[in-house]
Amino acid sequence: MALPFNILVLVCLAYVVFLFLVAFGADKRASQGGSNWLGLPLIYTLSLSVYCTAWTFYGAVGYAARSGLEYVTIYLGPTLVMIGWWWILRKLVRIGRAQRVTSIADLISSRYGKSNGLGVLVTLLAVVGTTPYIALQLQSVTLSFSVFAAAAPGGFDGVDLSATALWVAVGLALFTILFGTRNLDANERHHGVVTAIAVEAVVKLIALMAVGIFVVWGVAGGTTEIAEMITESPISNWNINPGRWAGLTFLSAAAFLTLPRMFQVLVVENVDERQLATASWAFPTYLMLMSLFVVPIAVAGLNVLPPDANPDLFVLTLPLHYNQQGLAMLSFLGGFSSATSMVIVASIALSTMVSNHIVMPIWLSARRDEGATVSGDVRHLVLTSRRLSIGAVLLLGYLYYYFSGGGAELAAIGLISFAGVAQVLPALLGGIVWRGAARNGAAVGLIAGFAVWAYTLFLPSFGEAGIMSAQMLTNGPWGLEWLRPRALFGLAGLDPVVHALFWSMLINTGAFIVVSLVSFPSPLERLQGAQFVNVFEHSASTKGWAHAGAEAEDLLIMAQRIMGADEAQTLFQAQASDQGKGGYLPDTTPDFIARLERELAGSVGAATAHAMVGQIVGGASVSVEDLMAVADETQQMLEHSSQLEAQQKELTTTARRLSEVNEKLTQLSIQKDAFLSQISHELRTPMTSIRAFSEILRESDLDHAAQEKYAMIIHGEAVRLTRLLDDLLDLSVLENGQVQLYPQHEPLSFVLDRAVAATSSLSAGGIAIRRTPETEAIGLYTDTDRLAQVFINLIANAAKYCEAPAPCLEINVSQKLGELRIDFVDNGGGIPPESQTVIFEKFSRLSDQAAAGGAGLGLAICREIMDKLGGTVTYLPGQNGAAFRVTLPVAM
Amino acid sequence: MDQMSDQTPDLKTGGDPEPSAAVTLPRNVLVIEDEPNIIEAISFILSRDGWVVATHSNGETAVEAVLKLGPDALILDVMLPGRSGYDILQDLRANETTKDLPVLMLTARGQKNDRELAERLGVNKFMTKPFSNAEVLETMRALVEA
Repeated sequence: MALPFNILVLVCLAYVVFLFLVAFGADKRASQGGSNWLGLPLIYTLSLSVYCTAWTFYGAVGYAARSGLEYVTIYLGPTLVMIGWWWILRKLVRIGRAQRVTSIADLISSRYGKSNGLGVLVTLLAVVGTTPYIALQLQSVTLSFSVFAAAAPGGFDGVDLSATALWVAVGLALFTILFGTRNLDANERHHGVVTAIAVEAVVKLIALMAVGIFVVWGVAGGTTEIAEMITESPISNWNINPGRWAGLTFLSAAAFLTLPRMFQVLVVENVDERQLATASWAFPTYLMLMSLFVVPIAVAGLNVLPPDANPDLFVLTLPLHYNQQGLAMLSFLGGFSSATSMVIVASIALSTMVSNHIVMPIWLSARRDEGATVSGDVRHLVLTSRRLSIGAVLLLGYLYYYFSGGGAELAAIGLISFAGVAQVLPALLGGIVWRGAARNGAAVGLIAGFAVWAYTLFLPSFGEAGIMSAQMLTNGPWGLEWLRPRALFGLAGLDPVVHALFWSMLINTGAFIVVSLVSFPSPLERLQGAQFVNVFEHSASTKGWAHAGAEAEDLLIMAQRIMGADEAQTLFQAQASDQGKGGYLPDTTPDFIARLERELAGSVGAATAHAMVGQIVGGASVSVEDLMAVADETQQMLEHSSQLEAQQKELTTTARRLSEVNEKLTQLSIQKDAFLSQISHELRTPMTSIRAFSEILRESDLDHAAQEKYAMIIHGEAVRLTRLLDDLLDLSVLENGQVQLYPQHEPLSFVLDRAVAATSSLSAGGIAIRRTPETEAIGLYTDTDRLAQVFINLIANAAKYCEAPAPCLEINVSQKLGELRIDFVDNGGGIPPESQTVIFEKFSRLSDQAAAGGAGLGLAICREIMDKLGGTVTYLPGQNGAAFRVTLPVAM
Repeated sequence: MDQMSDQTPDLKTGGDPEPSAAVTLPRNVLVIEDEPNIIEAISFILSRDGWVVATHSNGETAVEAVLKLGPDALILDVMLPGRSGYDILQDLRANETTKDLPVLMLTARGQKNDRELAERLGVNKFMTKPFSNAEVLETMRALVEA
């Protein structure tokens, strides 16, 4: 008799509630700060067991039943990494902390010059590599449900498997969102989730061992009996294929380092580096215990159960066969734990990557013009985008499950995923041990390896009816034999996984090294490279920003939106008091900015944090300190004479750029002085008239007409002063980029009508205006008030300066080359060629006749406005008169 | 733009019938300035004080106008269309007939180096706009009586 299905569902729900409580309790403890046991090496070690998914729990037995001892390779790889490559892990953890790394994509992006392109690449790779794996977990949970369903009294045909999978996916999404996106703290650790995972690790170990003990002592009757059964079974006869063993061991070792979920628990969730020391022996022990009873269970299953029984489910079907309901339930919970812990951690890791490397950069660049970093609730946005990403990742997994039909063997999907994510390995290892590793190398290697993997393993895995035809698999595309997906370059006879692994890793690593050697890394890339490779020597931070007068307040506003008000204020206050200042606004030294950037990187990833800080700090992303550091490095590299020439060339370029910048700064300073002197002149001139005439009015007995006249002069000059100040403020706002645009829909003809009406009332109506209404029926979406301001300026200028006997202004509208052109052409003498560009400068009245009104700021304002609107205003020569062309992108 | 009026400066006699006590004889003053309102104000103040005021607003032809009119004193703006007041002053000081002509410079650019430059070129008095009418009058009287 089997358990009623309802009880199974009930136990499942109770287990989930229990996990909720564990996670909730751990989160609460962590937030209260009294969480010593959370930092226990044991919890860390157990959390590493997300490596053991449902594939290991159920699939290892199936694997052993089908291919003998080969399943051991899956445990061998991580064991070798934990014991033999301990120093690599320590380095990764150290780098992770020093650079506030949030994911493996973030680590790669940060290492190679905070390149978001690489971040996107690794993210996509991780999503493609992980989706089948998530599908696999859903499949295993669904399958185990179905086993109970089949064994249940009277069966229950009403249970729809894909609906079960969907419910499991939704439940996991909710759990992950609840505990994975509770907060956005700087170190990005999820105590609740990690603790729940550790509990699940214990459950799955106990479950598997219980089934094993039951099989050995309950079914077989003791160790000697089971040993005999094993010797008699086909498992002991199957011979070992050394190529496949080596390949699979390497593959599982690589996957252990590069799987997004493994990186999450190994590096991101690591609280203390010393935990690694314990994990280095404890985790292999865990793996050993997990694998201990795999062969006995497989042998017993093959002996006892009917030949058509699915070996992947022996762990579940054996206890059911002997009607051990409690054990079956425990076994089911073990499998359930394996599946859920993998899905939860993987979706947290993937959602962080998707949100930091895809959503945030898009959002940031879409709002670049609006000073996005200081407006809007970034924190809320990050959390929302992570939640949506979790939903999307699980949906993808579910869809993969739904469409693949869940038919493939469990282990096969696992290996394909492993081989996919393993493509990150060369860039990862190269990045932390080899300073010469360059972004281009990493990108080319990743793309090439990924492509080879997709071509030789992933696409063929859909079967012959899938994306690749049977014809293509046997004869190669277009009949090119050397391009056969499973025998690339004529390398036939290998196991498909080993074949794909061999070519993809060879091409990936080769491309990575060759391109790194021939390409030349940027300064930031080299600095990050040195930081990563020498993480144990370097404690100094990357000085990423020049002291470009960043506004501490803007930075604080931004930091609050990302880190939360309390944390940001604490950070700023601490920094200020370190500098001996009170309050919340420290000097924005390069040190502080670098520190802030690292803190932010903990929430949104290095590349995004760099870009966000960059929006506020502005200016060059490479400071003088950077250049000095690079120069130091250059010194060290002198012995590498092959690189010397290129190095020097770059330094020369940098020096030249520096001197160019210097020159520009000097020029700007001169321009600023000239501008101030000009303003002084423009302000003093009307004030002179005002003062002189007000004194005259006060002192003299003037007749009424003279009084009236002088009062009018004072009034006129006061108006002129006001206009000048308005223009100056307008221009300053426009130039600082603080201007707020109010785009609206309005036909061009309306805007022109408004401009013409405004100028006719300004006593400038002495000029005839000719328009062609049929060309003006164009809908605009832009700040049409600002556009009208430009038109008014141009019309007023024509009215003021056109000296023809019958002044006339033509306004011509046309559309060419993707832009809308509005030409203002008068019939006057035009502007001499040498002055045609000067007129757009501030205070560049050509005639110096203040009588013409205005302060010579009109065209400068026009130019700024058009710049903000995405268009231009230029002088149009050769039109038999003064002519100005306004252009706007047609897309508006 | 309107070149005719520049070349034939119009002499204005004072609107005030009683000449002031300080200036005993009518004195001729030439005002070189391009802001119409400032020309009007200076002309009014000086005319009322008994001066005979001529005006000129183009920098390029200013030296010619001075030589042609031979005023007793000169009021000179710095920023003029065509030629700066400094250049004009330099030419006047280099010319035998005008090397001692009393010159009051008025400028809207009141920076320290502007004053120093004007003094080096031999200005008699340098004032920054906006000015006080009384101060202009006193300065002009002092310049012609010295």
